[in-house]
Amino acid sequence: MGRMKFLCDAERCIECNGCVTACKNEHEVPWGVNRRRVVTMNDGVPGERSISVACMHCSDAPCMAVCPTDCFYKTEDGVVLHDKDKCIGCGYCFYACPFGAPQFPNGPAAFGARGKMDKCTFCAGGPEETGSAAEYEKYGSNRLADGKLPLCAEMCSTKALIAGDANVVADIFRERVLRRGTGAEVWGWDAAYGGGEQKQERKQERKREGQS
Amino acid sequence: MSTNTLKRLPLAALAGAALLGLAACSEVPQVTVYEQGEYRGKADTRPWDGGEFKGDRAAWEKALKERARGQNEYNRVQ
Repeated sequence: MGRMKFLCDAERCIECNGCVTACKNEHEVPWGVNRRRVVTMNDGVPGERSISVACMHCSDAPCMAVCPTDCFYKTEDGVVLHDKDKCIGCGYCFYACPFGAPQFPNGPAAFGARGKMDKCTFCAGGPEETGSAAEYEKYGSNRLADGKLPLCAEMCSTKALIAGDANVVADIFRERVLRRGTGAEVWGWDAAYGGGEQKQERKQERKREGQS
Repeated sequence: MSTNTLKRLPLAALAGAALLGLAACSEVPQVTVYEQGEYRGKADTRPWDGGEFKGDRAAWEKALKERARGQNEYNRVQ
């Protein structure tokens, strides 16, 4: 097994926020903490793009490098996790993370008053007994131990968000791109209702309707 | 002590001070050597250790791979 990764296909994401809702519900994440969120660029403008963002479980994670208490660890399958009992809520990981993944229950409070850091666990729980109440309370459910993938990806209605072993994820995405093409041709009227012959038929229909 | 030696004393002191002052201009290593952090928290079990897989890593990997492949809808619609 290689490394566990997320991949969000911006051509498919419809900003439904199903992934955000699934994550919040599965782990009973408290109010104000969002382990996952959907970012939209050029909202409302033709060609807008959305992408679902959470911890990307970096191969060389900057949060691990800056943590003064060394509370981060990486599992054998490449998931970046942390021990909340060691976390002092300093917020260094938040400043280091390029994705804004680390979340703090008390929001942007003073140093030491932010509370224990919380982030996406790739549904892999944390350093407590697998499936225990303590693990659920601190880190949420451990789906990986049940042989399941993160719920956000499994719930995604358009399969924009995919998760799993990096090689499998890359294979799925490669096949998808080769089949659908890229860029503007996969967006807009033609992509939704068909171009070419269908467009001609519609034109002829309208012409006939105009003549009659 | 001769007058000649007394005359040379301030000169020697000045040379000594200049030597000390110039010593501050020497190259000092500027790069900090960071200590590689090591995880200090509680030990975690591996996902295939407990539950239904009971330590069978191959079975866990197979289950997860199948699940991941299921995300490819081209496999399902054909």
